[in-house]
Amino acid sequence: MKTLGPRISFYAGFVVGTFTLYVFLRQLWFEKTLPMHQVTTLARIQDYQQQLEEEKKMWKKEGSALFNLEHPHHIGEDSRMADELYKKVRILCWVMTGPKNLETKTRHVKYTWSRHCNIVVFMSSVDDPDFPTVGLGTKEGRDQLYWKTIRAYHYAYEHYADEADWFLKADDDTYVIVDNLRWILANHTPEEPIYFGRRFKPYTKQGYMSGGAGYVLSREALRRFVEGFKSKQCTHTTSVEDLAMGQCMEKVGVLAGDSRDSFHRETFHPFVLEQHLTAKFPKSFWYWSYCYYPISEGPNCCSDMSVSFHYVDAIGMYLMEYYTYHLRAFGYRHRYQPPTPPGYSINKFESWDAGKKDKKLEQKLVHPDLSRTDKRQNEDPPPVDGKDGPAAAEGK
Amino acid sequence: MLSDGCSFIKGVLLGGVFCLVLSFLGNFNFSSESSTEDHHHHHIYAPSKDELKRLSESQVEELKNQVRVYCIIMVQPKTLVYWATVLDTWSKHCDNAVFYTSESSKALEAVDLNEKDDWARLRKALIHAYENAGDLRWFFVAQPTTFAIIENLKHLILAKDPNEPFYLGNAVKSGELEYVEYSSGIVLSYEALKRLMTMFKDEGQCPERTHTLWKMGEDKQLALCLKYAGVFAENGEDRHGKGLFNKQNVVNMIKQSMQDNPSDVVEGCCPDMAVTYGGMSPNQMHVMMFGVYRLRPYGHDFHDWLTFYPPKDSDND
Repeated sequence: MKTLGPRISFYAGFVVGTFTLYVFLRQLWFEKTLPMHQVTTLARIQDYQQQLEEEKKMWKKEGSALFNLEHPHHIGEDSRMADELYKKVRILCWVMTGPKNLETKTRHVKYTWSRHCNIVVFMSSVDDPDFPTVGLGTKEGRDQLYWKTIRAYHYAYEHYADEADWFLKADDDTYVIVDNLRWILANHTPEEPIYFGRRFKPYTKQGYMSGGAGYVLSREALRRFVEGFKSKQCTHTTSVEDLAMGQCMEKVGVLAGDSRDSFHRETFHPFVLEQHLTAKFPKSFWYWSYCYYPISEGPNCCSDMSVSFHYVDAIGMYLMEYYTYHLRAFGYRHRYQPPTPPGYSINKFESWDAGKKDKKLEQKLVHPDLSRTDKRQNEDPPPVDGKDGPAAAEGK
Repeated sequence: MLSDGCSFIKGVLLGGVFCLVLSFLGNFNFSSESSTEDHHHHHIYAPSKDELKRLSESQVEELKNQVRVYCIIMVQPKTLVYWATVLDTWSKHCDNAVFYTSESSKALEAVDLNEKDDWARLRKALIHAYENAGDLRWFFVAQPTTFAIIENLKHLILAKDPNEPFYLGNAVKSGELEYVEYSSGIVLSYEALKRLMTMFKDEGQCPERTHTLWKMGEDKQLALCLKYAGVFAENGEDRHGKGLFNKQNVVNMIKQSMQDNPSDVVEGCCPDMAVTYGGMSPNQMHVMMFGVYRLRPYGHDFHDWLTFYPPKDSDND
């Protein structure tokens, strides 16, 4: 007994010692990582502040409108043509939304395509100075759509008629490629009484533009719209907003424009990209009888220079932004070369990239697309020149 | 009693010291492990514009010729829709796209390997590709759920010599083995494939069939055989450290980014010059095809130092 005692005590002590120090070391390690946990919540607050800082760089808030200060650019990109168009074709985008959608839908519009507009105004039934949104004094609901539209356009005219050339209406689930809209509009002037969108044919003589796909009025068209209401030529005829707008436009002599590209492919789209590319709409579907121009399914549904898609959800907004402005194939020479709008010339700019290029191979290029054999293309033959002309292309 | 107490205290002290020594040893082990980790983990980047500008026209032309790709697409009749979609979309941009199937299908043409075992099938496909490479020097292995942007792959490997052993993609580690993940695509240079052919003859180190209960994925098998041949996995990324080969599909990556970087979703998510996305549904592939090769904002140009032309007889790019 006497010899066992100290030995057992020793072993016991050894175990206790090991255990105690182990616990002690773990506690120390925990304390090292605990501040990290505090750091993540701190990081979140910093993130939010950073977001506010970035917003201040992106827009100047004037009342409830966001004036664009710095539309997005890519490193290594030559955006001189886009910048030129940005200056000359000023677009005010107003987005039809409501208080319930701000966090789930409108916010994503704000952080994606609205950054490419010259001015953006979010129109709601309720004033929100933080987002910011304009309160139009209506209620919410489908039956309020034309009221909201009437008031929104009046608001835009009263406040910003001189600050923009074109006035776009979009929903909070519409994705708009504003650069491509400028490409179309650069072929016209804001003094023309004209408006563009996805043209539908029923109920009207000249057709009307789909509300969900978005439509854009020239300054003159907007003026006539407002005058039309003053003179009671136009009134709140129906809550079917796009049809009512079309009927008013017809009454005040505003032309329904053709927004298709030079290969007669549509640019404004009433559904998401996936549906236009892959869905086979049944022949009984209203879409077939509504479209003013012949419908193409598959890849010809949509222009390379597409302007809008509708029913785009939050994830879809970022996906479209990624596909449009970020993801690309290195060195790829697109089949469709969109014609340069009159008055704009790539030749004007000095060679952006001094030094030799893949010139020999450029010259070997067979003139694209004149031999396209797509049977789904509508009857009209494509125009002779889908390109700027070789001189302009080489001038890069 | 006193001697018991003394023994106890001695025990406590020794126990404490023992614990400390163990933890230090543990740390030491970790640090030495990490150093060997760094030694093997390589990153592959595309050449910069400045690097390309320094080359002569004929050199650029030569590189463009050298970087032609033989695509090996592993299909099965049960995934016919995916097979058809790959055929109709991105594979048109391969210099030679060959489909290898486990069993023949009346609907679509492919090299029938008549092999149910995944690893054996991959081996056969690689052997067939090596024998039929012609003058192509780069090989890209894909599954039918993978979407690849071949121009971006070419850009990545543009300045790399195919007579050097390259094995790249989304490089991940499993224990001690670093391998290129299958669903994000596997890139092999001619030299790597050549060494693999030699390895295939070694039934000891690189057997065709393993009769173990537990099967190692064929991508890991491949990595093992290549490792024995002195070829190691490398990770393809851009200059911001973003992986160019993605095993997730683009929608999931954006969803994740909406949670992780809510104020900068797109920039924080996916690279501009992505090479692959895995797990893509057929519809997603059609959308990506349009998004990559058609849709763009007017007035933004890149003036890349190399030009790739659209393939003949194709209407969706």
